[in-house]
Amino acid sequence: MPLRAPKPLWRGRRTLAGVLGWSGAVLAFVLVAFPLLDILYLITRRAFSAFSLTLFTQVTNGISGGLLNAITGTAVLVAGSLIIAAPVGILTGVYLAEFGHGRFGSTVRFCSDVLTGVPSIVLGYFSYVTLVIGLGWQFSVMAGAITLAIMIVPYLARLTELALQRVPNGLREAGYALGMREATVIARVVVPAALPGVLTAVLLSTAISVGETAPLIYTAGWSNYLWNGRFTHEPIGYLTYVIWSFINQPFASAHALAFAAAFLVIAAVLVLNIGVHLLLRRKVPAH
Amino acid sequence: MAGPVSEDEMNNRSYYRLLLIGITALIPLSLFAVFVFLGTYSWPAIRFNGLHFLIGKTWSLGNLYANPITLHGAVVPRGARYGVLVFVAGTVLSSLIALAIAVPVSLGVAVFLSEGAPPRLRPALSFIVELLAGVPSVVYGLWGFAVLIPFVAATLGPGLKHLFGWIPFFRGPVGGGYGLLSASLVLALMVVPIIAATVRDALSKVPLEIKEAAYGLGASRFEVVSRVMLPMARASVIGASILGLGRALGETMAVLMVSGGALNYLPGNIYGPVSTMASFIASQLDSALQDPTGMAVRSLAEIALLLFGITVLVNILARLLIGRKGATARA
Repeated sequence: MPLRAPKPLWRGRRTLAGVLGWSGAVLAFVLVAFPLLDILYLITRRAFSAFSLTLFTQVTNGISGGLLNAITGTAVLVAGSLIIAAPVGILTGVYLAEFGHGRFGSTVRFCSDVLTGVPSIVLGYFSYVTLVIGLGWQFSVMAGAITLAIMIVPYLARLTELALQRVPNGLREAGYALGMREATVIARVVVPAALPGVLTAVLLSTAISVGETAPLIYTAGWSNYLWNGRFTHEPIGYLTYVIWSFINQPFASAHALAFAAAFLVIAAVLVLNIGVHLLLRRKVPAH
Repeated sequence: MAGPVSEDEMNNRSYYRLLLIGITALIPLSLFAVFVFLGTYSWPAIRFNGLHFLIGKTWSLGNLYANPITLHGAVVPRGARYGVLVFVAGTVLSSLIALAIAVPVSLGVAVFLSEGAPPRLRPALSFIVELLAGVPSVVYGLWGFAVLIPFVAATLGPGLKHLFGWIPFFRGPVGGGYGLLSASLVLALMVVPIIAATVRDALSKVPLEIKEAAYGLGASRFEVVSRVMLPMARASVIGASILGLGRALGETMAVLMVSGGALNYLPGNIYGPVSTMASFIASQLDSALQDPTGMAVRSLAEIALLLFGITVLVNILARLLIGRKGATARA
C-alpha cells in the first residue's frame, strides 16, 4: 500500500475557485471581443447595400448622393495633419531618445503623456477660439489639420522615441568611429535603423486622424462640395461627420450613407492597424 | 565624445540641437497654450458666472431676441444662466459606472491574454483587443445607436429593473434606451482595451522566479494569478483605471450619440438621459452662436477649460502611479 497524503478538505473549494476564475476571464474576453466582431459585421452588412459607384463619383446632396467630398476631405485633412505633425513629432522623438535624459526631456515626456489624455473636443474648442475666431480663418482645412496635428504629435513623439531607443548603441558608436558627426549619426544611422518603428508611429497617427470627429466639428465645419484648394475661409467635408450627422436623419438614404462612411473609416483603421502589426512583427535584423 | 571637436563642428552641433530643443518645446507649449487661450477667452464668462457655473442646474441662453441687458458688468441676453452641474454630474456618473464595469472586465481580459489563452493564440487575441482601442469613437456611437440602444430598451433595461428594482437607482421607467446606462456601457467598452493592455504588460513583467516559487508552494494556476501576480501589478491596475477614467471623462461622440442629451435635468435613475461636458460642448455650438453677446460661446469655453483641468489632473495622477509601478512591483 503506497503512502497517500490525506485529501485536504479545502481542495474542492480551490478547484472551484480556479474554474470560476478562469471562466470569468474567458467571459470577460468574450464580452469584449463580441462587440468588436458585431461592429464589423453590422457595418459591413449595412454598408454593403449602400455601396455603388455613385458613392465614389458624386458629392453628398442634402441627405443622399455620394461621399466623394467626404472621402477627399478626410484625405486632405489627414494629409495636412501629417505634413504638420510628422516632422515635429519625429524630431521630438529624436530629441527625447538621443538627448532627453535630463529634466527638460522628462518634462516633455510627461507633458506629451498628459496631452494625449486631453479630450479631443477640448483641443477642438481651443482651435476654434484661436484659429477659427482669433485668426479669423473660419471653418477651414488649416484649422482642422492643425487641430489633428496637435492631437497626434504626442503619439508620434513617444512612438518614435521608443523606436530609436531600440537601436543598439553599438551602431551609434560605429558611426562615431567612422568619424561621423552627431547629426550625421542620427540622420544616417539611427533613424534609418529605426525606420519600421517610425513608420508604425506614422501609421497609428494616421488611423487616429481618420477616425477623429469631435474636434473637426469645431474647426473644419462641413461642406457638400469638393475642396477648392483654399486652406482658410472654406469649410471641408469629412467621413466621420457623415456618420454622426446623417444617422440622426430619419431617412433610409441618410442611414445608408452613414454606414457606408463608417465602413470606409473602419476599413482604413483596420488596414492601418494590420500594417502596424506586420511592421512590428518583423524581426529586427541581428546586429 | 572622443577627441577634440573643431569649432566649426561645435557650432554645427549646437545649432541643430537648438533646433531640436525648439521643436521639442512645442509639446509643453501647446499644453500651456490650451490653458492660456481657453482661460483668456472664457474669462468674461468666468467672471459673469461666478460660482453659479458649478452649482447651477440651469443652462439657458436667455431671450436672444430681446435687447441684451447689462448684468454684473457684463452684457448678456435677458434671463441667460449658465449652470453646468447637470453636465458635470452626467460626466462623473457615466464615467464612474463605466469604470465599475470596465475594471473587472479588463482584469479578466488581461489575465486571459497573459496567462489563460493558449500561447499560440495570444498574439491574435491581443490584436483583437488592440483593434478595439483603435475603433473611432463615432463608430462606437453608430454601433450604440443601431445595436446597443434597442438591446438596452428591450432587454437589458427591463432585466435590470426586474432584478435590481429594489434599489432606487434601478427603479422607474426604462425609457427608450438613450441614457446613462447606454453611455456607461459604450464608455466601458472603450476603456477596457486601455486598462487591459496596461495590466497585461504589468502581468507579463512579473519575474518567472516568483511565479515558480508560488507554484513550488503548491499554488494552483489561478492562485498564482490572483494571489501573486495581480497583487504585484496593483499600482498598474490603479494607474490604468485612472487613465481609463480620464479617457471616459473626455469621450465625446460615442456618448453624444447614445446618451439622450439631457438639458437642465439630473437623471433620476440609471436609464435617464444625461449629457456629459464633452458631448454638450460638441452639440451646442450652433445654438450658442445664436447668442449675439457671445457669452454662450464663452461659457462653452469655460466648460472646455473645466474639462481640460479635470482631465489633466486625472492624467497626471495616473501617470504618476504608472510611472511608479516599477518600484512597487519589485517590493
